Amino acid sequence: MIYLQLFLSFFQIGLFGFGGGYAVMPLIQNQVVDIHGWLDMSAFSDIITISQMTPGPIAINSATFAGIQTAGILGAAVATLGCVLPSTIIVIVLVKLYIKYRDMSVMKGVMSGLRPAVVAMIASAGLSILTLSLWQGNAPSLGAESFDFIAAGIFVLSLAVLRIFKVNQIYVMLSAGIVGLLAYMLV
Amino acid sequence: MKTYLTLFFSTLKISAFTFGGGFVIIPMLRSRFINSLHWIDEEEMLDLIAIAQSAPGAVAVNASVLIGYRVAGIRGALSALLGTVLPPLVIISVISMFYAAFRDSAAVSRVLKGMQAAVAAVIADVVITMAHNVINDKRIFPVLIMISAFTAAYLFGVNVIYIVIVCAVIGALFMRPKRKEDAK
Repeated sequence: MIYLQLFLSFFQIGLFGFGGGYAVMPLIQNQVVDIHGWLDMSAFSDIITISQMTPGPIAINSATFAGIQTAGILGAAVATLGCVLPSTIIVIVLVKLYIKYRDMSVMKGVMSGLRPAVVAMIASAGLSILTLSLWQGNAPSLGAESFDFIAAGIFVLSLAVLRIFKVNQIYVMLSAGIVGLLAYMLV
Repeated sequence: MKTYLTLFFSTLKISAFTFGGGFVIIPMLRSRFINSLHWIDEEEMLDLIAIAQSAPGAVAVNASVLIGYRVAGIRGALSALLGTVLPPLVIISVISMFYAAFRDSAAVSRVLKGMQAAVAAVIADVVITMAHNVINDKRIFPVLIMISAFTAAYLFGVNVIYIVIVCAVIGALFMRPKRKEDAK
């Protein structure tokens, strides 16, 4: 029963995939390539590449991809459902506890400790994307040959537009895509 | 019904643009649900992100589900879940049919390189605002936590789950509100 197998495999990935993003990659590879052989290693590395190029969490992207390759669109839906079900149940339980206990002083302390850490983690993720964008995966250096001036220009311009004019982020990203298409074509 | 639809379409639109990993969704959820709809306040948003981060699964999905739940209960959570999951499901389904062409297309990679720089700007924008709020509080502990957590995550690549646990313990031990503040 391929649907049940897909569901159970991705249920495990969803349940044990702490940390998200690249932290779940080995887990997905283990289920999809090693245990079930739904994808071979080169298809799996393609899905990683495509995940970087498309929106959406890598776990959901691989669930869709593996599902559709093995059992069509219904397989994709079942695998995706399996993938999101455990975390959905867990976060709802956690938020219920949070609502119930958030007025306790220990809980307030925990949350005051976590809030600045959340800001720091977002900053860290953002800086990783920025260096990736400016040096395209090469180690950051001051040399002009590996530095992407177009990306730097788009970054500075986007940030200025966001800070000063408070433009909708989606419009900024779409415009940046168009600018990228034209600018990289000319260089 | 209108609330569920707003949740569904907001998360649908946001999820279609979360290139580059889970945290990218945070600035967009923030501007939609705090700044335009006023459904959630800044402090609760940070709490929800911390919860999303402490659970398994994708941060983007968890954060949307939590916001949906806070706004409209279980059905709200399901509306947000559906809205968040649908874009990657549809996009990958379409791409999987001709993925070699997509992967090798020069035009696609140019557009994506441009968008990647803008993603970095979107995150930088929200980080500036949030860090400003933390520093403006003029308390030493939160600023110290922010700097150390950043150093641990970025420079030393420490797994976020350990950062969450350590900061939660520090908070529970040293950052409990004083009795007076409790009473007010």
